[in-house]
Amino acid sequence: MKSLMKIENLHAEVGGKEILKGINLNIAPGQVHAIMGPNGSGKSTLSNVLAGRDDYVVTKGSVSFMGENLLEMAPEERAAAGIFLAFQYPLEIPGVATMTFLKTAINAQRKTRGEDELSTPAFMRFVREKSALLGVKDEMLKRPLNVGFSGGEKKRNEILQMALLEPAFCILDETDSGLDIDALKVVSEGVNALRDKERSMLVITHYQRLLDYIVPDFVHVLSNGRVVRSGGKDLALELEKSGYAEYGADAA
Amino acid sequence: MTAKTKTAEQVAGIGVEQYKYGFVTDIETEKAPRGLNEDTIRFISAKKNEPEWMLEWRLDAYRRWLTLEEPTWAKVHYPRIDFQDLYYYSAPKKKGDGPQSLDDVDPELLDTYKKLGIPLREQEILAGVENPTMAVDAVFDSVSVVTTFKENLSRAGVIFCPISEALQSHPELVRKYLGTVVPVTDNFYATLNAAVFSDGSFVYIPEGVHCPMELSTYFRINEQNTGQFERTLIIADKGAYVSYLEGCTAPQRDENQLHAAVVELIVHDDAEIKYSTVQNWYPGDKDGKGGIYNFVTKRADCRGRNSKVSWTQVETGSAITWKYPSCVLRGDNSQGEFYSIAISNGHQQVDSGTKMIHLGKNTKSRIISKGISAGVSSSTYRGLVSAHRKASGARNYTQCDSLLIGDKCSAHTVPYMETRNMSATFEHEATTSKISDDQLFYCRQRGLNEEEAVALIVNGFCKDVLQHLPMEFAVEAQKLVGISLEGSVG
Repeated sequence: MKSLMKIENLHAEVGGKEILKGINLNIAPGQVHAIMGPNGSGKSTLSNVLAGRDDYVVTKGSVSFMGENLLEMAPEERAAAGIFLAFQYPLEIPGVATMTFLKTAINAQRKTRGEDELSTPAFMRFVREKSALLGVKDEMLKRPLNVGFSGGEKKRNEILQMALLEPAFCILDETDSGLDIDALKVVSEGVNALRDKERSMLVITHYQRLLDYIVPDFVHVLSNGRVVRSGGKDLALELEKSGYAEYGADAA
Repeated sequence: MTAKTKTAEQVAGIGVEQYKYGFVTDIETEKAPRGLNEDTIRFISAKKNEPEWMLEWRLDAYRRWLTLEEPTWAKVHYPRIDFQDLYYYSAPKKKGDGPQSLDDVDPELLDTYKKLGIPLREQEILAGVENPTMAVDAVFDSVSVVTTFKENLSRAGVIFCPISEALQSHPELVRKYLGTVVPVTDNFYATLNAAVFSDGSFVYIPEGVHCPMELSTYFRINEQNTGQFERTLIIADKGAYVSYLEGCTAPQRDENQLHAAVVELIVHDDAEIKYSTVQNWYPGDKDGKGGIYNFVTKRADCRGRNSKVSWTQVETGSAITWKYPSCVLRGDNSQGEFYSIAISNGHQQVDSGTKMIHLGKNTKSRIISKGISAGVSSSTYRGLVSAHRKASGARNYTQCDSLLIGDKCSAHTVPYMETRNMSATFEHEATTSKISDDQLFYCRQRGLNEEEAVALIVNGFCKDVLQHLPMEFAVEAQKLVGISLEGSVG
């Protein structure tokens, strides 16, 4: 099987505490893998480690992405190589118009890849086309990035960035948190529109609900820093019924 | 290692490599003997061929200065300045005595300004643009070397020349206004300036004239152990308008250099002056060695009804900045504005702000101050808003925001408010924030490197002020914000 990302025996710690204790995952191009698990099982740590956050220290194991050693790359290099993380809590940047941020990000990635910057008209056309699909209005693009955005607007903005940056590998970190059912549908449609034969996704969620809309090829259960069970999309339904109790979590 | 620790370390490592204006121009100079006494002042006055009353004015200032103490209330620390160890006059040697045209100017000097991005040869400027929009007065150490587009301006009746020249050509105007906004007795450095000032710009916009070009002065300190004491005097007569820009740089030197300028603005009925500064003096090296002491007194007198002054400043340089561009709102309905971005990095110390003195009825003022501190620097906003007894209906809005990068720098806000009129309305808002690791990581995840991320976040923070700069300047200032903070993270 061709592999886009291969994670082998990955151990990582935060603030001296080991959180990931030997993760193995092999993700082929075009596949959508869901990671489920109780709070504190290491789901968000995994997404932060893959994106290259400073405070997350890999102590053992390897991650190869398109045949390259991902762990040696700076966060911005990973981004340019095609890793995208949709944040659970997108950050606010006061005074920077969303449009300006989008353009800066696209051109920064293009520069890193040795491509020409997008001209302003070309960029505007591109943004208009993608934002229409997600129901993002011009007015929102003029507002400072995420400042005063509702939960739904923030997540739609994340998916808009994903659509514009056209990453090879998308990590969705609890994208369903803070969304009502209508917003969840819009965001899921946006994500589904980006699914294709080449693009892979890692969908991290606590609840099965999201997976009704973004249907995964594989589901993995993470518990205490390890993948304890893997299966098809039906595994999520089973978890919905039985909860995470048997995976060492409180009933909550 | 956390991003925060890294940030702090990188800031500590900030070097002078970032300061790209640090070169020295090798040029023959003529100096007054080192030290300060009445002979020094007579020397300067004689050099400028000044009228007798000017010399007396200077000597009077000098005698007062001898009785004054250096102010110590600002939150800045530096060793005592030995005023006898400085040169008070230094000028590039002239070829002849005749009036200076561009042909007389040493090519070395023209190249210096070209390197600084300020072309002075009019044909070079004209080659680049269809309609030149800016005239420049270039001040090198103690003298103005050239002023461009003087003729274009004089056709509109605008006088734009070195103040030493104005003393010859328009002595009555200089005498009428000099020292009427910042009196000789004002403060230690202003009094020193009055005694020894050597050059600076003079601007007079006649009644009803909208100045057809942006006017600009570019200050350069080159010579070692030399203080720069320039004096700028701008008068906007009734209904006139002018936009004036000021830029400053200096070479990298190990010892500190003193810059003690005075700027006076006089605004008559219905007139408006917009004064913008991009101050990028050499800030000193990574250990805090060298750099300019920038002790400046700037004040505008809104004498006329409906007059307006707007100060916009981007302060990125100097080892120490001590300056409070102020407005005296004397005329009824007059307005004062102060927009400031002060960036301190490395060992820089900034104590800056403004004074808005409301004297007339229905006077309005607005203060937007953005302080950004990195490294082990310290930044203080110090501002006074006051309304006098007759200033009914006075209004002020003040907003002071501080942004911290790393955990070894500091920001302080010291607002003073006084009112003797019950109908005055003052508003004050202040915030302090930090660039968070989360924000940096978010930007990097989208493909920006750390320096691009910091520049983006800081430019967003400064947006309210940047938008008040003239167009060409705003772009420069945005870049400067990025450059000044290079190495502040990593």
